Amino acid sequence: MSAEHNAPANATEYISHHLMNLRANPALTDPTDPSHFHLDTFWIALILGFVFVGIFGLVARRASVDKPSKFQLFIELIIELVDSNVKDIFHGKSKIVAPLALTVFVWVTLMNAMDFLPVDLLPKIAAEFGIQYLKVVPTADINQGLAMSLSVVLLSVVLGIQAKGLVGFVVEFFTAPFHAEGTVMKIILIPINGAMQLIEYGSRGLSLALRLVGNMFAGELVFMLIALLGMSWTGANPGSILGLLGQVVAGSAWAIFHILIVILQAYIFMMLTIVYCGLAVEEH
Amino acid sequence: MNINASLFGQALVFAILVLVTWKFIWPPLIATLEERAKRIADGLSAADRAKHDLELAEKRAAEELRKAKSQATEIIAQAEKRASQIVEEAKDAARVEGDRLIAGAKAEVDQQVHHAKETLRQQVSVLAVAGAEKILRKEVDAARHADLLASLKAEL
Repeated sequence: MSAEHNAPANATEYISHHLMNLRANPALTDPTDPSHFHLDTFWIALILGFVFVGIFGLVARRASVDKPSKFQLFIELIIELVDSNVKDIFHGKSKIVAPLALTVFVWVTLMNAMDFLPVDLLPKIAAEFGIQYLKVVPTADINQGLAMSLSVVLLSVVLGIQAKGLVGFVVEFFTAPFHAEGTVMKIILIPINGAMQLIEYGSRGLSLALRLVGNMFAGELVFMLIALLGMSWTGANPGSILGLLGQVVAGSAWAIFHILIVILQAYIFMMLTIVYCGLAVEEH
Repeated sequence: MNINASLFGQALVFAILVLVTWKFIWPPLIATLEERAKRIADGLSAADRAKHDLELAEKRAAEELRKAKSQATEIIAQAEKRASQIVEEAKDAARVEGDRLIAGAKAEVDQQVHHAKETLRQQVSVLAVAGAEKILRKEVDAARHADLLASLKAEL
């Protein structure tokens, strides 16, 4: 790493600098230390959470049945989308799944959308205030993804227990997915079923998180690589001009394509959240 | 890109957001949507009902019109009947009155005839006396021959 306030010396340094989270305790030098806390992920996610709660809360407070404003209709569109999906997929009694799905969808969309800000904009502004590291996309942080996916899986377990009772849930845990007729076979299948269920729950949490984080991380990385094209500017020579042109064209194309990814990933996360909650309350 | 304490921080933020959405954001918004859906359904059913009512009212109006027409014809027929009846009555009354007038006139004529006869009777006797006087050239005493004259009068 070159001098902190100066421009990065080369492309590798630029990228690795951008991939570094703002840590609460920079004195801990080991990056794998589990006591690290990512302040940038925390604050940006929290601010975006407030944006979501603020906007939706304001609309909810002023919601009018007869004369909805256009913005209220837009919000209602999102609510309808979430509500219809929840009604189709989740057949339990719990009232928390729809708000959960709404939170997931809007919050993840907002966090993903941080990708649309120019890659260097917020880190440069932060650098002016002495903050050396800033990753602006919380969903590109595995901690954010896992926090949500594990919460969802945990909640699905709670919903399953709520729907079937503790005994029912445990019985199902050891008798599905492989069903047997006789008692002996059932006992033989207990460890297999248990292992399968464990793998299933674990893979749900992991895949849910990794799908989102992987997409957003890769998207962010591509934005950085595209930014490098223009950074190779060495004066008004054909190579530099081509690089700049390449940055503009590739950056626009990727940003437009990324709109799809941002919304699609949030939508997938929401749908899988509903599906997992729905599966938890259904009898196998 | 390492899993660390941030996981719990983000999970906490997530949990708080879900709770806030669950308690304060979702219920009023979904209530608004449901209320609007209900109002639209109510409005449509009210429109259906109104249409049905209109049909009923039109049917009833036609019925009333038809009844009114038949009543009117009935009333006209009755009025015509009554009119001819009145004309008949008037004719009868006129006939009776005419008869009465004719009878009165007849009685008067009879009376007049009788009166004229009386007068003539009086005058005849005077004429007879005057004639006799002339025939006899002799004055006849009217007082003396009053009896004779009276019997003469009675004979007339």
